[in-house]
Amino acid sequence: MFDNLTNRFSDVFRQISGKGKIREQDLDEVLRDVRMALLEADVNVGVAGNLLRRVRERALGSEVQQSLTPGQQIIKVVNEELIQTLGSDTAELAKPTKPPLIISMVGLQGSGKTTSAGKLAKQLKDAGKRPILVAADLQRPAAIEQLIVLGERVGVPVYSEQKSKPARLVKAALKEADRMGNDVVIIDTAGRLQIDKELMDELADVSKVAQPDETLLVVDAMTGQVAVDVAQGFLDRIRVTGIVMSKLDGDARGGAAISVREVTGCPIKFAGVGEGLDQFEVFHPERMASRILGMGDVLTLIEKAETAFDEEEAERTAEKMARNEFDLDDFLDQMSKLRKMGPLKQLLGMIPGASAALAGADVDEADLSRVEAIIRSMTAAERSNPNLIDKSRKQRIARGSGSTTQAVTALLKQFGQAKQMMSAVMSGGAMPSLEALQNPGAFGGGVATKQRPVQTGPVRGQNRVKGKKKKKK
Amino acid sequence: MNTGEILGVVVASVLLLIVVGVFFIRRPGREETSLVVDRPAPAVSLSSRLAKTRNALSGRLSGLFGGPLNDAFWDQLEETLIAADIGPVTSARIVDQVKASKPVDGQAARTSLRDEMVAGLTGPDRSFHMTTRPSVILVVGVNGTGKTTSIAKLARRLQHEEKRVVLGAADTFRAGAIDQLRMWADRLGVEFVDAETGADPASVAYRAIERARATDADVVIVDTAGRLHNNKNLMEQLAKVVRVLEREAGEIDNVMLVVDATTGQNGIVQAEAFVGVAPVNGIILTKMDGTAKGGVVAAIEHETGVPVRFIGVGESMDDLVPFEPAAFVDALLD
Repeated sequence: MFDNLTNRFSDVFRQISGKGKIREQDLDEVLRDVRMALLEADVNVGVAGNLLRRVRERALGSEVQQSLTPGQQIIKVVNEELIQTLGSDTAELAKPTKPPLIISMVGLQGSGKTTSAGKLAKQLKDAGKRPILVAADLQRPAAIEQLIVLGERVGVPVYSEQKSKPARLVKAALKEADRMGNDVVIIDTAGRLQIDKELMDELADVSKVAQPDETLLVVDAMTGQVAVDVAQGFLDRIRVTGIVMSKLDGDARGGAAISVREVTGCPIKFAGVGEGLDQFEVFHPERMASRILGMGDVLTLIEKAETAFDEEEAERTAEKMARNEFDLDDFLDQMSKLRKMGPLKQLLGMIPGASAALAGADVDEADLSRVEAIIRSMTAAERSNPNLIDKSRKQRIARGSGSTTQAVTALLKQFGQAKQMMSAVMSGGAMPSLEALQNPGAFGGGVATKQRPVQTGPVRGQNRVKGKKKKKK
Repeated sequence: MNTGEILGVVVASVLLLIVVGVFFIRRPGREETSLVVDRPAPAVSLSSRLAKTRNALSGRLSGLFGGPLNDAFWDQLEETLIAADIGPVTSARIVDQVKASKPVDGQAARTSLRDEMVAGLTGPDRSFHMTTRPSVILVVGVNGTGKTTSIAKLARRLQHEEKRVVLGAADTFRAGAIDQLRMWADRLGVEFVDAETGADPASVAYRAIERARATDADVVIVDTAGRLHNNKNLMEQLAKVVRVLEREAGEIDNVMLVVDATTGQNGIVQAEAFVGVAPVNGIILTKMDGTAKGGVVAAIEHETGVPVRFIGVGESMDDLVPFEPAAFVDALLD
């Protein structure tokens, strides 16, 4: 959904990831790019300005400057501000003290109110509710017919009157719902411009009569700068309680979500993600923000990592790596934890850039088991000191693991090189470029691949993912 | 993959995870700097802050051109253009062009700006093509832009020009779309080619041309379902409609892309995608009676060369008027 913006951010932040202290001049340059990305994504120019001001203040504050990884810190700040603007709560529908739950769908013409009403009715019906749809759009020709057809498709009754006034119709519909024992009433109102006084008066009347528990403003994901005016216009006349972002299955960057959210302060409760009537989802602000930031599924990854590794252990492992003491036992341990987190391929896909850089690294879980088997066939002494492993030990290990001595040799050689690299990375260098990771030769002495020097210094520019300086206690 | 390579990938993964883990997990005061922020957004203050921004934005151009030509002036000018959905890149380019014209004061800058923008929109032929008989108008666009309403307005215009019009209901997907077009046809008193929901749109288009021939009509307007331009199947379906119409009519005189004025920068991608599957040669810019300026069409014209032909300016059937670059730019800078 927010892919394009995500790409932009990836580009921008690749330039600063891991740079040392942030100079004001660098920051301005970066924020200019961030602004450009936000504006291209249709975030309102005023909203973008506010967001960047908040980021800038924090970026120049001690929180970032005192951090050992200011580049990372800025990413976090931008991400946090985006999440905060998008809203961090996965919002649920209101629960009225006494049924029915009355929901009113409002918005501009063509924003997707009627379709969203149908989708919402289906979702609530599937959840065991007894909704009724109310065709209160008396403006657009055949709007009533559209809702009736949708009602038939999802198996929900539709209340309609051919010649009426919306307020009167809604009053009658509420009576009908009461009589029929419907516990949810979904009112589909006519599309209207927020500056159309007559129609906005009419909407205010409907709201007065209906007293909705939820008034959902339906916003097209493709909306540009005007999203702010629209939201404000509706907010000025009626109490809006939530947003529905429609047409998110398009490729619009969807900055309107940020704009509308900031103006209304209302949570984005649902997202329309397809033509099908079941393609209606709960909106997830954190996921969206992390996508915007080019963080991929890093958040999910972190969650998974948090369950598999604890802080102290991660720290111990890092120290071990730094002191070049990371042995095969540790490796085995890490590997089994890694595998508990899910298929390796899936994990790699969550690391921004990694999936592309490691493309072709078609990791078969069975291959992982083979590596594990080889290490498990070693004695404890061999695992902590692989130098012990001579030819006859290799033969024994190969037999024990059902592999070949060549495989054992290759593994040991790779591990030795990898260990050196880990040490270099953890003791003050930087992450090797992903390009280097992609080429197994980068670990030195790759079997059938060309040699590449292990990078120990800071890596410039394009290919790096994360810069990590050793954290001193 | 050999064992060594696998090891490489695993080591890379472990390393990445450790780095990610160490960086994100072991951080003192994690609650405050955690990526996942739990506190709710302060709705009131945000909203009021933005209201200020908004008020500052609206109507400030009039004051702007009276002021001095300083950095603030150029920044505000750029923001105004961006606020009209012209897009950040094009806006920056336009501002640079105005700067390069070395205006002496605000008024000169305004004149220069207006001229630049009008020049950018001038050139393409905006007249309506009528080469075949019946002449075919195919109307396409994403969902909710106002295709069906625009068709009614187009039919009305053509009626005023004494043309006999047939409407073909080839939006067989959206519930109620066929009824909607039929109601317009009844109100206008024009020929209507009906369809069943779910029918093949290409066959409806074919029948519409047949009907036009049988009734000796001048123009046949074919409605299509709204489709997101990145939906491959639906775009292929549209390509089929185009093929059938081209086969039957020889040429589709006018393929009109309907663009909603509230659309942001995605409008460019939309236009490019539709131009890719249909010989789009005109744009109808709808909903210009709202506060949206529709600035994205400037970029669309620039990128695709497809001119805006009409703009929709209201709810009534007569609210479709020819696009005039100068008037459009003036409204945009208003």
